[in-house]
Amino acid sequence: MSPAIDLSAFVETAPSGEHRLDLAVEGITCAACIGDIERGLAPLPGLASARVNYTHHRLTLIWGEDGFDPSAAVARLARLGYKAHPFRPSRQEEIEAAESRDLLRRLAVAGFAAMNIMLLSVSVWSGNVTDIGDETRDLFHWLSALIALPSAAYAGRPFFANALRALRNRSMTMDVPISLGVTLALGLSLYETIHSAHHAYFDSAVMLLFFLLLGRVLDQSMRRRTRAVADNLMAMRGETAVLLGPEGAREVPVRAVRPGDDVLVRPGDRVAVDGVVIEGTSEIDASLVTGETAREPVRAGAQVYAGTLNVSGALTVRATAPADSSLIAEVNRLVADAAEARSRYLRLADRAARIYSPVVHVTALLTCIGWLVAGATLHDALVIAIAVLIITCPCALALAVPATQVVAAGSLFKAGVLLQSPEAVERIAACDMVVFDKTGTLTLPEPRIADRERHDPELLGVAARLALSSRHPLAVALAAEARGAVPYAGVEERAGEGVVATIDGVEARLGSPVFCSLEDEAAEILAADPEATAIAFRMGDRGEVFALRQALRPDAREVVETLRKAGFRMMILSGDREGPVAAAAAASGIAEWRARCKPADKIAVLEALKAEGRKVLMAGDGLNDAPALAAAWASISPVTAAHVAQASADALFMGERLAPVAAAASIARRALSIMRQNLGIAVVYNMIAVPLAMAGHVTPLIAAAAMSGSSVIVTLNALRARPDRSASPARSTAETARASAPAVQARLGA
Amino acid sequence: MTVLLYLVPIALGLGLLGLAAFLWSLRSGQYEDLDGAAVRILDDSDVEPHDPAPRA
Repeated sequence: MSPAIDLSAFVETAPSGEHRLDLAVEGITCAACIGDIERGLAPLPGLASARVNYTHHRLTLIWGEDGFDPSAAVARLARLGYKAHPFRPSRQEEIEAAESRDLLRRLAVAGFAAMNIMLLSVSVWSGNVTDIGDETRDLFHWLSALIALPSAAYAGRPFFANALRALRNRSMTMDVPISLGVTLALGLSLYETIHSAHHAYFDSAVMLLFFLLLGRVLDQSMRRRTRAVADNLMAMRGETAVLLGPEGAREVPVRAVRPGDDVLVRPGDRVAVDGVVIEGTSEIDASLVTGETAREPVRAGAQVYAGTLNVSGALTVRATAPADSSLIAEVNRLVADAAEARSRYLRLADRAARIYSPVVHVTALLTCIGWLVAGATLHDALVIAIAVLIITCPCALALAVPATQVVAAGSLFKAGVLLQSPEAVERIAACDMVVFDKTGTLTLPEPRIADRERHDPELLGVAARLALSSRHPLAVALAAEARGAVPYAGVEERAGEGVVATIDGVEARLGSPVFCSLEDEAAEILAADPEATAIAFRMGDRGEVFALRQALRPDAREVVETLRKAGFRMMILSGDREGPVAAAAAASGIAEWRARCKPADKIAVLEALKAEGRKVLMAGDGLNDAPALAAAWASISPVTAAHVAQASADALFMGERLAPVAAAASIARRALSIMRQNLGIAVVYNMIAVPLAMAGHVTPLIAAAAMSGSSVIVTLNALRARPDRSASPARSTAETARASAPAVQARLGA
Repeated sequence: MTVLLYLVPIALGLGLLGLAAFLWSLRSGQYEDLDGAAVRILDDSDVEPHDPAPRA
């Protein structure tokens, strides 16, 4: 029995003595689960409150100073059928939560101001064509000013701050013309109000801020949702280590392990930390780290890396400082180099801003000069020039890209893809080639049983059910065939051999071929398929040897075919040996492949492809892929990937299918074309509006109508970034619903 | 036009009231779990059944 997990590292204590623990809960599939969990935990003594967050599939436990053991709650949840994983909201997530509250507040203020000023403005507009008195108009303008100035100062702060920062860095973003337009509109309106003029633009300025904030709020909420799912998945990987301390073994979160601590790695566990083996012998499967599927024997003194899988014997590992190895140091250096080259990417919206701002500002200047030359007063010329700036204030342009981005991110989320970087859509859309890593990306991260049809289903069922009682990786792979069965009672595990149980009065064994006396059969199977590993099963006089091997993701071939039809060139770059890589290439239908690639080799290949003018979408999961993921034009990782790889990827995909990679490519391409279209619409709008403004015909009414009209058109167009109904969305959703993280997936399938 | 003297403050007051209500709801965490709020209202298991007949 494994030691009880020590949750203390995850508990937060408020100064008031209140304790709080956040859990990511697996298995929340419907609304009734909320009541199940909350009522199920309520009777626990000492627990003050248990509240489920249904949006993010999380549970918050709060208790007072009198002791409460949160592991009791985790155990209770397990009995109710939910798996709970402790976690601490990542720093990034906390920042984003605060930011989104802040944006919502500003949006509310802008909304309040826009509605009330519009109320006053409509009265002035209708009064201007009928019989409004000068005093009434002045009163309404002053009231508008009173509302607009403080609200705009508050609601517009994110834009003003960004614009100032951009100017200080001598760069140009859309926030610069926005800030300039808003400030000038307010300044001009105030001046006109003081001089009792007929026109003021308070409504335009505030409405502009409202629309833009709306876009940002939507963008932010999409990103928060994605981040929450990614953090839950991280927590569900349950990264704990068994720490061997003076008071015995206890299970602690990986982050609590310090260099110099001794950690017990049981067979079937992933090594939690980088370190040196001080006791025990075993074999290590380093496929997640290097892509190499052959196992490596280790004994005392050997270096092991975090993320590798301990296959056969228990090991005691002394933790060393992270990155204390040539491989990891090299990977980190390559990632840093690649990331630096990459940060120079200029987003589409910023590229548009670079062209747009100078053109607009020069146009306004020319208008002013033109009217002065034509004999207008300085006041009139300035008013018209500022009207040009107001009407060109890039509301539609600023919404063109983010609105599409939000819709595309939503569709990608449904398809099982989580975006990690803001420019991921643009980057992925530009790619014309996909490079796959083999182990864990093209293939499933865990081995699967080979030729299931060859085996007697009944015998396989019994063997799989018995396998549920073992932690050995081969047994775990076999247990995937158990399909919801419960483990047998009274199973005995024999270290290094296998498990034994008595089923219906007959002794059943599962384990090494020697343990089940089936060496000859095993040798025969391994001779036929050198890539496979054998696990044997004996029950009475019946014996069976199952071959387990790395299996391609079930839809790999179809996805490769879809990508090829979409015009992508494809290649496999693997750290594994030639044999398995060639086999995977043949099975998936990818013609180009390279084996035995070190991280630097992968980068070299990517550089060569770049020199050919190719833009590569790299799909990889291993630590050894991290530099390539960072160096490629765009990158995507499965959620099972190593931390460094995940951090370098633009997007993550969930589930055991490869389909999300193809979906990402097609949704991103569609989104990019809509972004371009939207920019086009914004340009057309300006081509109509600017001449009017230059001629001096833009009244506040026309400005308000034109600006909101163009924003609405751009937003509606962005909605088209959702995938076609004809492209069988129902199927892809159902497919993702079956994937690895049921809690998250059930949400997507709903 | 003296009617404006009290109508305008009333209009603004109502708007401010709405704004205050929104800010309060934001502060009290009502936007943290939008999906949950939508389904929690359908949960009637906290209501004692008036009908003594057994429920499914």
